[in-house]
Amino acid sequence: MTFPTTPAPHVVAHDSVGRVMRIVIYALLPTVLLHVAFFGVGLLVQITLGVATALVSEALALRLRRKPVEPFLKDGSAIVTAMLLALCLPPLAPWWLVVSGTAFAILLAKHLYGGLGANPFNPAMVGYAVLLVSFPVQLLQWLPPAGMDMEQVKLSIGETVQTILTGSLPSRLTWDAVTSPTPLEALRTNLKMGMTMAEAQAAPIFGTLGGRGWEWINLATLAGGLALLGLRIIRWHIPVAMLSAIVISASLMYMVDPGTYAGPIFHLTSGASLLGAFFIATDPISAATSDRGRLIYGAGIGVLTYVIRTWGGYPDGVAFAVLLMNLSVPLIDRYTIPRIYGHAR
Amino acid sequence: MTASELLTGGLRLEAHKQRSTKAPIRIASLAERYVIPLDQHSGLSAVPLVKPSDRVRMWQPIAQPAPGISAWLHSPVSGEVVAIEPRPAPHRLGAPTLSIVIANDGRDERFENAAAIVSFEQISPTEACEHIGRAGIVGLGGAAFPTANKLESSLCENGPQLLLNGAECEPYISCDEMLMRERAEDIVFGGRALLHALCARNCTIAIEEDVPEAQAALLRAIEKAGDSRIRIKVVPAIYPAGGERQLIATVFGVEVPHDGLPADIGIVCQNVGTAAAIARWIRDGQPLVSRIVTVTGDGVTEAGNWEARIGTPFSSLIVDSGGYTERMARLIMGGSMMGIPLPHDDLPVVKATNCIIAASALDLQPRSAEMPCIRCGNCSQACPAFLLPQQLHWYLQPFDGDQLARHGLLDCIECGCCDYVCPSQIPLVERFREAKPLLTRELDARLTADAARARFIARNERLARLEAEHRAKLAAKRRPRNEPTS
Amino acid sequence: MITALVTIMVLAALAGLATVVTAGAPEEISLADRIDALLPQTQCRRCTFAGCRPYAEAIAQGAADINQCPPGGERTAKALARLMGVAPKPVGKEFGVVPDHPAVAFIEEEACIGCTKCIQACPVDAIVGASRHMHTVIAADCTGCELCIPPCPVDCIIMRPAPTVAR
Ligand code: SF4
Ligand code: SF4
Ligand code: SF4
Ligand code: SF4
Ligand code: SF4
Repeated sequence: MTFPTTPAPHVVAHDSVGRVMRIVIYALLPTVLLHVAFFGVGLLVQITLGVATALVSEALALRLRRKPVEPFLKDGSAIVTAMLLALCLPPLAPWWLVVSGTAFAILLAKHLYGGLGANPFNPAMVGYAVLLVSFPVQLLQWLPPAGMDMEQVKLSIGETVQTILTGSLPSRLTWDAVTSPTPLEALRTNLKMGMTMAEAQAAPIFGTLGGRGWEWINLATLAGGLALLGLRIIRWHIPVAMLSAIVISASLMYMVDPGTYAGPIFHLTSGASLLGAFFIATDPISAATSDRGRLIYGAGIGVLTYVIRTWGGYPDGVAFAVLLMNLSVPLIDRYTIPRIYGHAR
Repeated sequence: MTASELLTGGLRLEAHKQRSTKAPIRIASLAERYVIPLDQHSGLSAVPLVKPSDRVRMWQPIAQPAPGISAWLHSPVSGEVVAIEPRPAPHRLGAPTLSIVIANDGRDERFENAAAIVSFEQISPTEACEHIGRAGIVGLGGAAFPTANKLESSLCENGPQLLLNGAECEPYISCDEMLMRERAEDIVFGGRALLHALCARNCTIAIEEDVPEAQAALLRAIEKAGDSRIRIKVVPAIYPAGGERQLIATVFGVEVPHDGLPADIGIVCQNVGTAAAIARWIRDGQPLVSRIVTVTGDGVTEAGNWEARIGTPFSSLIVDSGGYTERMARLIMGGSMMGIPLPHDDLPVVKATNCIIAASALDLQPRSAEMPCIRCGNCSQACPAFLLPQQLHWYLQPFDGDQLARHGLLDCIECGCCDYVCPSQIPLVERFREAKPLLTRELDARLTADAARARFIARNERLARLEAEHRAKLAAKRRPRNEPTS
Repeated sequence: MITALVTIMVLAALAGLATVVTAGAPEEISLADRIDALLPQTQCRRCTFAGCRPYAEAIAQGAADINQCPPGGERTAKALARLMGVAPKPVGKEFGVVPDHPAVAFIEEEACIGCTKCIQACPVDAIVGASRHMHTVIAADCTGCELCIPPCPVDCIIMRPAPTVAR
């Protein structure tokens, strides 16, 4: 009687890339739901467009690189990229924005570098950065969150789809009427206009913790992130380091001059701080490798985010901070190889 | 996920031991032929002392250790040597190795070795070490390192600490657990003999938290012996807590240097089975001719532990266990994480055979297709040697010797934890196992090249110096003639 | 806006600079040294130069191709190609055949007349012996360059497979 032989270990945990990505997608759902509650169904249309583009681009790239299409398409990584990018875009942004951004992310940022596992930069953030540099105007056309006495500008589902696909609003509305800056952007403009911090934050766009609506969306993101932590899909190092770095930088500057700099809570609950900490910076492929490296990497993103937000010219700093730290990963990895068992430090 | 928890280094795995620990240890039935491979211990092959058609008696030495690291072999039965020839052995892929084949005459006539020593305290530690060496005892945890050589590496003056390893962390294996439950007194006796032979200060028996019966039995035996130097240390049931280096770190909180031995930090580690074998030799005069083997898995009808003589064919143990079920798919010697896959069961039990898994598809679900590494870091979290398997894997293709050495490829203990947790289903350990010799060869080649370069440079400098001196001499000879004219 | 752009560019430049500085090899190691480190140090002269180091210098100056070292074989040629940033190619036939196994010289001691010619030829001092006494190759030091074979007047040097290094 003979038996086939396979090398040890003879049992493995039945984990898979697909499972990891699926859980990430589920963990994003609370954020998506609250986003829809505050800003309408635009996001769903964006996600649909983005995911479709991502899958088509992924299939195309795999075909071109002569790789098996099916297993890679099923792994879900392209869907995660598309969702993250869509979450960063204004809900009513024209369709070509999300399509070109996603296609760029998948085709160039991911597959040009060798596909899944080999991309040095976070694809979603590359896509976002390219869009931000090329189409800054469209990227700033955010909607006011629900509950801000602007019910008359509410769009129906049909109108939303139409707006996104044609790029123009129903005739009863103008862009000026429906758009409103994001809290971070509003704060920046108000401060530039010479207001004090208290005056600036009195605007209706600001809520109790941070930006109105945004604070709730961000809490949902936090819940999703904690779920990821609990399920051991991500580990604590990057989110904790990144958020602490933001809090510490913000607190320091706040203590220096509370009139000019927003406090730590505001920074935590506005913009993409939490989305970045739990979903973007934790993308393992483009992050540093060892635990110590990931602490440095996360802290770097936190500090850069704060710096770019406060002194830079862009609405939020997370994307650029992530890309800059992606660039430093080889350097971090080089100096943070963990001590090996039995070797002196 | 079957791993209930990932910890910093190591995994909590399902133990799969209940099936084989229900019945007590049973005696395996005798076979007609016993095949004793000469290289069943680590180090060098033993040298045969018998020729074909010699009559041998039970417990008679049939091969002696080669100089260096090696061990004695004894006949498990009385009978006739029928051949000394290459036979398949349970090594990787069952490659044939030179073996002594003995036909059993069923009479079990004993050979009288040195008289059994009832009170070992009366001989000196050095004599005790030598005496233990003659029993052909090797580490019974699976690595089969000759015990005599291990005892030699530790010097009496240092007063080392003895560690008896009862932490059987690998899934499926239960021979040590059963031994501790049923023969705790042997273990304690062997431990005391080792304490004496090593002039050791104390003896720690490490045992996993999930085997309460074994703990109780050992405590009773220690109490009965009334030896205050022996204590029990309960360690968490984490794979690979029972690996020698990992266990030392868990129990003593110190690490064995990567280029050293436990003896360098004053610790000698022995398996509990080894201690019991020492007890049998010293007390009863029985050399290492049998061991406890776990036969388990969904592929046999009745799992259990068997006291089997060395050289018993696997197939006979399988028959004892009620034969294969129709689900039988793979044969593995050892545990499910590091066990050796075997192509057939016409192989002899050797000193390292702790477990035979007849695995069905229920035991080992097939891996799914390999995906690229997504650098999730599960592997580095699980690695008990604190390596970064994902980086090692990255530097394998293309092979980058410098980086592999820097990232500690040679420190990998091939435990398989990284492989187990990898969501991309990459066969990491297999690749590391293949790459290690390549890296060693590359590092060696680099050393030789450096030495050759140094000698080449030294020679060129020497030649240049000789040349210069020669020139200088010539010039000196010529100068007097030239001087007047200048 | 200007400050913003400047901030970001400065940060990017810093990060990029740091990466480049640490990822590349330190500058003080010369190109010839780095090439030399990749050569097998057999010193056999099959590359047409007087040893590995001279060949390394020739490559560094662009005076030699990367595929001239038969003892190094395909591996060395590839490594050199990578270092020099050129396309890899197989070792040129005109430089000799790539050996399958490492070999070392062995002197048949009964035949040796002690003429010391081989000592003079050996580039790495791997032969010991005194004038008019039998000579011996130190196998561990011999690189297998075969330079000692032609000078021997009684043809008593043969090549044998290298002993495997016991560790
Ligand atoms: S566990 Fe697998 S996929 Fe994850 S980092 Fe390690 S090798 Fe890569
Ligand atoms: S097999 Fe090697 S690399 Fe993998 S976990 Fe074990 S020691 Fe670490
Ligand atoms: S051919 Fe010989 S001398 Fe030239 S580089 Fe290669 S080993 Fe050195
Ligand atoms: S002994 Fe001969 S083959 Fe060996 S290194 Fe010297 S010259 Fe070359
Ligand atoms: S050249 Fe030949 S004969 Fe002369 S010393 Fe060397 S081996 Fe002996």
